[in-house]
Amino acid sequence: MNRFSYSKPQQVNDAIQQLSDTGRFIAGGTNLLDLMKENVARPDQLVDINALPLREIETTQAGGLRIGALVKNSTVAYHPDVERVYPLLSQAILAGASAQLRNMASTGGNLLQRTRCYYFYDIGTPCNKREPGSGCGALNGQNRIHAILGHSDQCIAVHPSDMAVALAALEATVHVSGPDGDRVIPMSEFHRLPGDTPHLDTTLGQHELITAVELPPRGFAENYAYVKIRDRASYAFALVSVAAALELNGNTIGTARIALGGVAHKPWRKPEAEALLAGKPATEENFRAAAELILQGAQGFEHNSFKIELAKRAIVRALSEAASGVNAK
Amino acid sequence: MTAYLGKAVSRVDGPLKVTGKALYAGEFGTADLCTGYVVNSSIAKGRILSIDTQAALSVPGVLDVITHENRPEIASYNENYTDMDAADGKHFRPLYNDRILFNMQPVALVVAESFEVARYAASLIRVDYEAEPHQADLYAQRSNAHKAPTPMPPDRGDADSAWANAPVKIEAEYHSPAEFHNPMEMHASTVIYSTDGKLTVHDKTQGVQNSAQFISNIFGLPDGDVRVVTPFVGGAFGSGLRPQYQLVLATMAALKLKRSVRLVLSREQMFSFGHRPETIQHFRLACDREGRLVSTIHEVIGETSSFEDFTEMVVVWSASLYQCPNLRLDYKLAPLDLYTPLDMRAPGAVLGMYALESAMDELAYAANIDPLEFRIRNFTDIDPASNKPYSSKELLECYRQGAERFGWSKRSQEPRSMRDGKQLVGWGMATGVWEAMQNPASAKAVINIDGSLVVSSATADIGTGTYTVMTQIAAEVFGLPLEQVTFKLGDSILPKAPLEGGSFTVSSVGSAVKQACETLQQQLLDQAKEEDQSPFSNLELDGVVFEDGEIYIKAAPSERVKIADLLKKGGTPSMEASATASPKKERDDYTTATHSAVFVEVKVDEDFGTIQVSRMVSAIAAGRVLSLKPGRNQILGGMVWGIGMAMQEEGMLDKDLARWMNHNIAEYHFPVNADVHDLDVIFVEEHDEVVNPLGAKGIGEIGIVGVAAAIANAVYHATGKRVRDLPITLDKVFE
Amino acid sequence: MNATPARQLRPDAGADTHTISLNINGKQHELAVEPWTTLLDLLREHLDMTGTKKGCDHGQCGACTVLVNGTRINSCLSLAVMQDGAEVTTIEGLANGDDLHPMQAAFVEQDAFQCGYCTPGQICSAIGMIAEGKAQTRDEIREQMSGNLCRCGAYNNILAAIEQAIPACKGGLRE
Repeated sequence: MNRFSYSKPQQVNDAIQQLSDTGRFIAGGTNLLDLMKENVARPDQLVDINALPLREIETTQAGGLRIGALVKNSTVAYHPDVERVYPLLSQAILAGASAQLRNMASTGGNLLQRTRCYYFYDIGTPCNKREPGSGCGALNGQNRIHAILGHSDQCIAVHPSDMAVALAALEATVHVSGPDGDRVIPMSEFHRLPGDTPHLDTTLGQHELITAVELPPRGFAENYAYVKIRDRASYAFALVSVAAALELNGNTIGTARIALGGVAHKPWRKPEAEALLAGKPATEENFRAAAELILQGAQGFEHNSFKIELAKRAIVRALSEAASGVNAK
Repeated sequence: MTAYLGKAVSRVDGPLKVTGKALYAGEFGTADLCTGYVVNSSIAKGRILSIDTQAALSVPGVLDVITHENRPEIASYNENYTDMDAADGKHFRPLYNDRILFNMQPVALVVAESFEVARYAASLIRVDYEAEPHQADLYAQRSNAHKAPTPMPPDRGDADSAWANAPVKIEAEYHSPAEFHNPMEMHASTVIYSTDGKLTVHDKTQGVQNSAQFISNIFGLPDGDVRVVTPFVGGAFGSGLRPQYQLVLATMAALKLKRSVRLVLSREQMFSFGHRPETIQHFRLACDREGRLVSTIHEVIGETSSFEDFTEMVVVWSASLYQCPNLRLDYKLAPLDLYTPLDMRAPGAVLGMYALESAMDELAYAANIDPLEFRIRNFTDIDPASNKPYSSKELLECYRQGAERFGWSKRSQEPRSMRDGKQLVGWGMATGVWEAMQNPASAKAVINIDGSLVVSSATADIGTGTYTVMTQIAAEVFGLPLEQVTFKLGDSILPKAPLEGGSFTVSSVGSAVKQACETLQQQLLDQAKEEDQSPFSNLELDGVVFEDGEIYIKAAPSERVKIADLLKKGGTPSMEASATASPKKERDDYTTATHSAVFVEVKVDEDFGTIQVSRMVSAIAAGRVLSLKPGRNQILGGMVWGIGMAMQEEGMLDKDLARWMNHNIAEYHFPVNADVHDLDVIFVEEHDEVVNPLGAKGIGEIGIVGVAAAIANAVYHATGKRVRDLPITLDKVFE
Repeated sequence: MNATPARQLRPDAGADTHTISLNINGKQHELAVEPWTTLLDLLREHLDMTGTKKGCDHGQCGACTVLVNGTRINSCLSLAVMQDGAEVTTIEGLANGDDLHPMQAAFVEQDAFQCGYCTPGQICSAIGMIAEGKAQTRDEIREQMSGNLCRCGAYNNILAAIEQAIPACKGGLRE
């Protein structure tokens, strides 16, 4: 771990002002300290944001829910309003990491966690995300846990978050503050695809701070499912995960939301596939058609091509579970 | 009658472990302690051109950076690096010269006043290399494999033509990946430097005397200048059978700086040394129409390093376990530019038995015979490899009791014939076997005037329950309450003990403990006889009873003497006796082995191929199980290891870099609590007077052997799909 | 204000230290820590409290689990400086002299360990889990305890120990 200075401001504006061009905010620390111990992240300044007043969960005027950036993952997952209105979010959060990590990790930090790509984590190997221009070790190396959608020849890493997948399906927004003021970023625009700048995971500016995540009123509490497929029963990152949410009129689909985790550099959505389901009966056949559309153009590598078919089946399973209402309280 | 042996006694070291008071190798300290941090290579083969240590040395608190260029004198001869579990060949010499033999090889050691400083300074070191082409692909090296330098059972009959002419046969190739031990405690050495130059070393090891001898040889230290003291080992599973490089580096630093040094490897660095080797196993197996084996051909290619030949007992089981008139075995090694493999729990057996028991299942299906019935038909109580009888082999009883507990009779033979909603249900089974060995071992017993008994031997407790079982044995022999008995281990100055491994610790050290206690009893009885008109005068040990600090005559219990009084009269506060127990000659007339029958239920998600091991029953025949709680725990642990081996564990090698890429325990998976469900252990009664005076065969390994095959067979039964490539991850199952 | 000067952990420290106040197992500490010292390293390397274990240093094993203000966390992934003012309970703070905490006693009785290295983390995690009150069934306990790896594979006995200790632990930490 490299040397850094440390400060703990009390106000959001102070935090933003204090952060240098090469510094980092730290909240839970569960990912940043991990990366610093590996010398993957080497900030020369840590601005501890834990004293900032960003720990509230409150109902918005529009009837949604605003979750402060510092609220712990476990607090979100077990919050009565989240369990009642957004059980998909609870389920996704509880499918990730361990109880200890969920007790530490913050809402904002979860969105900013970095890929689990072996090469990104190992400074003894090439990685364009860690060291632009050094090459991608995973492309022709070990790529079981890598992307099948939206990757580039520069980077085939995936975003590892479960929570973000649910937030994408729920069409949450990310509220940020920066030197130029506040702005709101839709989840669909928060994470980015690698392209030829794989070192950038998100559209957040260096000096911008996530202050909250806001959920719109619609929570799909009746018909939802988070299906996570991994290599062991718990405490493992997703090979494929699916957040599915449906609005049903009888057996007819009103609105469908489908977001995938573990398959791309960002939570993956395909609006055309969701539109395809609208107005159709909730049948396995229709779910499969949506799945085919979502995975259109997917391309695997030596060790992960199986994810394409796996993702399709996971989508069908998640939509079927959602339609059945089996998870509704 | 027994007071303690075979009983469920709580671990005597339990309170220390649950309160955090048990000290492990990296947890000892002194006021002058400094800390090391290792820098590892980023190439697999070649040489170091230069190492820039300037930036690291300029960090306040850094004491030294040791490389091959400035290290103190160390031995050059190969034999100095030969340890008690060494593989054949030219052993790795840490920081010896500029040669790089494997990726993540240690190339420098930073020593600093604190861990944080050492770690930071290590990140500032720059190494320039000249890389050479390397080879890390076992399949590519298959044709370059050479015969493994290890004795093999003789071939029998004409296996190839018997196979060709057999009415029922299978041919299959099985692959298993490299696996890493990953004990929860990372390898660590704390070297306490005393002003007279003597070293007290706390090393994570399965053999304190092995570590002591190793560094004495390498650094040319006189006997007695190195004492290795390791009371607790946070798991090892074989990783502590050979001294690892952190021991050499920590000692090097202590001698160079004349300071005490602690060096703990990082989890990543736990992937920079030995591992279970990758294997390719080719099987041809045939039987007659009644299901009797007629030919076994088992050919193995195992991974080794470029500098040592690592061999293990991988094919021998195919010669011994079942009756089969025609046999051909082959075992070759393919050198790769990786570190030498290392014994890992049930070395060889888990691999060979995975292939044999998978092949047996395949052949049972080819013959359309129930897999359990098929094994029973091929049972033998004479070892066909040596023509010697087994000293005991209650395997049929394992089959019977295991099958009954599991409910095997309700199984339908047809694959894909059982389901539970979206889950395909499969039942599979396998046999397990491991050698029941005994090695010479010594122990000392001391009885004190306060009634306490202290017994010692330089063995280890790596979680196996050594402290507890030895205490039980000594307490049993002496008729003392457990609280009055202390067993000491993990100190190189204690009586000589073999490495803690191979499931032979109870057999070897336990026999020595028993013998030392009995020798001490004889001395006490002799002392009692010296009294005038002693009622004991004509008695031997079998005529007296030791109980609660007294000796009394079996036939006349009122005739008794207090041991404390004997010591008082002898004018000594204590009396001691030592003994060395060696295997009986009679053992040579027998094959000695533990056996098991493992029954598994899996539930396979039809869409995803994800597997849950929902039930497992393991029936074990291991002679007498002396300590029931740790004993059962050992078997449970083996079963969990089997789940890991079958479904999760795999070192992922980047062949272009010859580097293990999932070198952490988030991505190198082994089971978590949620992976483990209903596990049931049966200890089948087995009497064996041959193996050793305790009748105990050892249980550290047998729990894992056969489990991977049983799971693979259950997956076949559930899905109709044979996966012959471990681990059985979901992508290999779903279609 | 506490008048005792903060304990300097490393006298030759070249960087700015930060003075923090920590209550560890009921004892108040004023400590001058460097910002890069984790809570785990503070305990193990600087305060000689080695009961809390380092099994990976990356939040992948749970051996370093301690209770901070009653909540279980991985001490390897938290900087000591970030815990200023916290109450930390480690494995060393559970027993009353020779009188083991019910969870510790249950671990011994159920043989819920072999090598013992993951054990302090398992015990702290189990106590934290019970305080959270979210695990009601055996499967939920298994899931909620999956952040604590046990390479010896003593999971069934760990489950049995936790089930045994639950009634005695309902109030969270015993007084």
